[in-house]
Amino acid sequence: MIGIEHYVAVSSILFVLGVLGIFLNRKNVIVILMAIELILLAVNINFVAFSAFLHDLVGQIFAMFVLTVAAGEAAIGLAILVIYFRGRGTIAVDDVNRMKG
Amino acid sequence: MIQAFAFYMFTAIMLFSAISVIFARNPVHSVLWLIVAFFNAAGLMVLIGAEFIAMLLVIVYVGAVAVLFLFVVMMLDIDFSEMRAGFIKNAPLGLLIALVLLVELGLGLGVWHAGALQLGVSSGNAATPEGLSNTAAIGALLYTRYLFLFEAAGIILLVAMIGAIVLTHRQRGDTRGQNVGRQIARRPEEATVNVKPVVGQGVTL
Repeated sequence: MIGIEHYVAVSSILFVLGVLGIFLNRKNVIVILMAIELILLAVNINFVAFSAFLHDLVGQIFAMFVLTVAAGEAAIGLAILVIYFRGRGTIAVDDVNRMKG
Repeated sequence: MIQAFAFYMFTAIMLFSAISVIFARNPVHSVLWLIVAFFNAAGLMVLIGAEFIAMLLVIVYVGAVAVLFLFVVMMLDIDFSEMRAGFIKNAPLGLLIALVLLVELGLGLGVWHAGALQLGVSSGNAATPEGLSNTAAIGALLYTRYLFLFEAAGIILLVAMIGAIVLTHRQRGDTRGQNVGRQIARRPEEATVNVKPVVGQGVTL
């Protein structure tokens, strides 16, 4: 029978895959943003699984807020990406040094 | 039996598409694999009765976020192959950190499984009421106890929308737009002219 351990294991693997994606595609901001979406998806699966198995709906409500923040983050991040590309003609992470940080 | 089959099917396809997201050569393929992963995650959530979040995932992520990604990937004219130059170089460090993270997460799961930690149970006032569907229960909770948080989420989305518009909007000098104020302020006297042309000489405009 499928228990909560299965769900936690799946979300752990998905989370690790997201982190691995950030490391492997260090030059490509778009894939990094997609890897962040994968991480947030893993967190959401965890929230929903615990919410369902503990019979407490607050987890699902919190997952909804995570979804909200993820949508806002994707919109702002992609907007910044578009104006950066318009100004510089590249989005390679190595070339992003305008702020000299 | 059918539950286990569905769970393992959704899990296998989701993990495979997640791997494809981070290993795909073309970011367009990455976005498409991401959509597959979201659909299967929604399936996983439906399996445990969280249908509202599952539908939200399909609508918000697949319908909005993934399409936004797709637009941006197709809009930017970038040579993606040169961006994969550091792929092999970064692989050992990334794999090492991923492995450490996975072992840590597995350790936490193992400790919890061994019964070393006491998990709390639901206090009862957020449990799903009897005879209410998941969506109705979430709605009842969201519009009462979490009303202000819900409105704060709406404000976050509004700010994100305005921010994205402000960031990407630009006034271009080489286009001629409509100037409504000038059109309304226009009077007949300045738009028409009355001339008395001499016969045979025409008029100058």
